[in-house]
Amino acid sequence: MARAVTQNRKIINTVAAWTVGLLIFFPILWTILTSFKTEATAIADPPVFLAFDWTLENYSVVLERSNYMRFLWNSVIIAGGSTILGIIIAVPAAWSMAFVPGKRTKDILLWMLSTKMLPAVGVLYPIYLIFIKMGLLDSRTGLVIVLMLMNLPIIVWMLYTYFREIPGEILEAARMDGAGLKEEILYVLTPMAIPGIASTLLLNFILAWNEAFWTLNLTAAKAAPLTAFIASYSSPEGLFYAKLSAASTMAIAPILILGWFSQKQLVSGLTFGAVK
Amino acid sequence: MGQIKLNQVTKAYGDVEVIPPLDLTIEDGEFTVFVGPSGCGKSTLLRMIAGLEDLTSGKVAIDGADATNTPPAKRGLAMVFQSYALYPHMSVRKNIAFPMKMAGIDPEEQNRRIEAAAKALNLTDYIDRRPGQLSGGQRQRVAIGRAIVREPSAFLFDEPLSNLDAALRVGMRLEICEMHERLKTTMIYVTHDQVEAMTMADKIVVLQAGVIEQVGSPLELYHSPRNVFVAGFIGSPKMNLIEGEEAAKLDAHTIGIRPEHIDVTATDGIWQGKVAVAEHLGSDTFFHIHETGLAETITVRAPGEVSFRHGDTIHLTPRHDQIHRFDARGLRIE
Repeated sequence: MARAVTQNRKIINTVAAWTVGLLIFFPILWTILTSFKTEATAIADPPVFLAFDWTLENYSVVLERSNYMRFLWNSVIIAGGSTILGIIIAVPAAWSMAFVPGKRTKDILLWMLSTKMLPAVGVLYPIYLIFIKMGLLDSRTGLVIVLMLMNLPIIVWMLYTYFREIPGEILEAARMDGAGLKEEILYVLTPMAIPGIASTLLLNFILAWNEAFWTLNLTAAKAAPLTAFIASYSSPEGLFYAKLSAASTMAIAPILILGWFSQKQLVSGLTFGAVK
Repeated sequence: MGQIKLNQVTKAYGDVEVIPPLDLTIEDGEFTVFVGPSGCGKSTLLRMIAGLEDLTSGKVAIDGADATNTPPAKRGLAMVFQSYALYPHMSVRKNIAFPMKMAGIDPEEQNRRIEAAAKALNLTDYIDRRPGQLSGGQRQRVAIGRAIVREPSAFLFDEPLSNLDAALRVGMRLEICEMHERLKTTMIYVTHDQVEAMTMADKIVVLQAGVIEQVGSPLELYHSPRNVFVAGFIGSPKMNLIEGEEAAKLDAHTIGIRPEHIDVTATDGIWQGKVAVAEHLGSDTFFHIHETGLAETITVRAPGEVSFRHGDTIHLTPRHDQIHRFDARGLRIE
């Protein structure tokens, strides 16, 4: 039964939603504001909210001191590469689990997910050694592989959920129409799953972009992405909050903009299949 | 060519055998209907012929060649699904073209066949629409168009009309029959609707629990049902089945008499009862009669308008030469 929403209730809901939204957004807002302050204003007590002398000095210092574009490019390659590679591997895997499940499919899915519960640091040492042996340390290739592996369970799970929503009869029709497995996936399944694949791509791109543990531990100079760029401003020589904030803002800006413009797709993707 | 032969085919899911060993030959050009109640295995059998379902044992031969392990794409059969199973992201044109694209037919020939199919199926005006913009009947036509253009050796229909409303269903039924007359291609049609089976088939295969109860032409099944199940399943309204004293008089365990083979009068007859429900259709009148002492309800179909009402006493006379006799195992006694 539909519930009547009174005017008061509407106001309360709106206020509550805005409060929660602002609480979540506040740290990002504060970082952005701090990036426009001088170092002195940044650590002022009591903190200054908006009434300060706005400056772009931090940005120019940061851009002068480090090669932002190189970090940005590394981030794009690592996040993009790991996501695309992950999708290429996950589409056939999710296809087989969704359309020709075996007795152990559910167990395999759960087992894949369980690897996400393992603290990453637990496998740092073996992976570090493997990277040294294979000459992958501080290489974009190495990071693409490791981040792809880290996110693969999520990619498979998401695609599996989308594929399950596609009526099996349509794929059977394709088989009857003379399509082999390759044609079935290429011409029928993938185009039908495009919304699902797009939101999976997006979410995993964001996850890979924000990933800090592996990118900080397995890179030094050559392959370092934006996470390393931020980290380089939190130095033991003393904290430069304003510059750190400027670096952070520059690092999160691309993904924030991407997320903003694709939020509708992202939300519908995440709740896909929740209601039949 | 499109002869399909099933030799000792079985299907089991784990320990549950849904189709015990079964033999069946469908001749080239024949319109065969698989009919039976829900869960009788008719769709499973069709899917086994299509190759969408693996056989547990036995062999399927198409045109004399063993196709048991041939994938569906290579069997040269076309299928029309109950849910239409159109590709939602493709236009009608692309849906129809898809099997030809898979077969590598040249684009000019593809276009020629698409135009011909669209014209035959009244789809020309919708050719660039997506399936989501079509009505149920139009979607089913597209599905049929997609099946026709690849010129298969046989068509398989899996309850293709059950999602359509009654009026459309009758129309599409005729279209499929006409298509069969025109193409003369083997067709296997699955339905639970015995009216569809009776009106469309050259040959009906009646199935129950995976077992073939009878194979024959619609009139053979109507006039000489091999057992009580077929007698009760074929014909609408259902045949009246009477056990006990009345059957024993005719040396049978069960006797069957179709509703249209009982004459009704107000005054005298062999049996009598009270009208529980009278359905006046104009062309016919159906009476559901209680308190006959024969069975819980006896159904009678009287031609034209007969004016008995609820509660009236009615006298019934079965036509003697139309009584079917069955033994204790339910088998027909000749």
